[in-house]
Amino acid sequence: MKIQLNNNQETFPAEKFTVTELLKQKNFTFKMLIVKINGTLVKKAEYDSAEVIDGDEVMVLHLISGG
Amino acid sequence: MTFEEIKKVLKNKTVGIAGAGGLGSNCAVALARVGIGKLVIADFDVVSESNLNRQYYFYDQVNQKKTTAIRTNILRINPEINVETHDLKLTPANIPTLFADCDVIVEAFDLADQKEMLIETMLTEMPEKFLVVGLGMAGWGMNDTIHCRQVGKMFICGDEISEIAPDLPPIAPRVGIVSNMQANVVVELLLNSFKS
Repeated sequence: MKIQLNNNQETFPAEKFTVTELLKQKNFTFKMLIVKINGTLVKKAEYDSAEVIDGDEVMVLHLISGG
Repeated sequence: MTFEEIKKVLKNKTVGIAGAGGLGSNCAVALARVGIGKLVIADFDVVSESNLNRQYYFYDQVNQKKTTAIRTNILRINPEINVETHDLKLTPANIPTLFADCDVIVEAFDLADQKEMLIETMLTEMPEKFLVVGLGMAGWGMNDTIHCRQVGKMFICGDEISEIAPDLPPIAPRVGIVSNMQANVVVELLLNSFKS
């Protein structure tokens, strides 16, 4: 599948991923994240069930401390 | 627009500020100077000496509640501002009520888990509101890594990389840049919405 991940086009052999699988694949190990699929927030509790499929636009925002 | 015209628009606007630390105190002061009508500021902390390397407080305000101190400082700059302060910890339960009347909300927390909580709450409970987030401003130098980008109704200001650490503290210059960048986005949003 091809997806837009943080505004970059990325291709994966898999046909679909759960959010958890995508984060693992990309090595996104930050604990604090905001994930949106096609503009809709995916809550943490839904990471294991929410699916990313071909053509999706995915935003993963890493939250870091400081302010 | 002349400054008189700008003030006329902004005096009818309300901005929420979540946190009155490095980002929140500096952003609040910038917004007070341009004459935002009402600021709704929430923080549960007190001013400590270690805050003075970046936060808009003074040595004689150490141990004061940040909500008390920021109100004093804002009113010293611009006594016309309606400053509503809330000395409490923001939670998913109180955020929607507290910021209900705000035209724009500024995320000004220091800890990543709090940023996550606020953004999640906003995107879930009040997705129609503009949210201006500060993300990544520890250390010094690297001016050209600081940017602002829009994702839906959310604006992200910072370098999105520099996390605070013992050897990479948040200090005045970069925190000041990002907090003023947040204020700059707020002003831009409020003046544009008037035009349209």
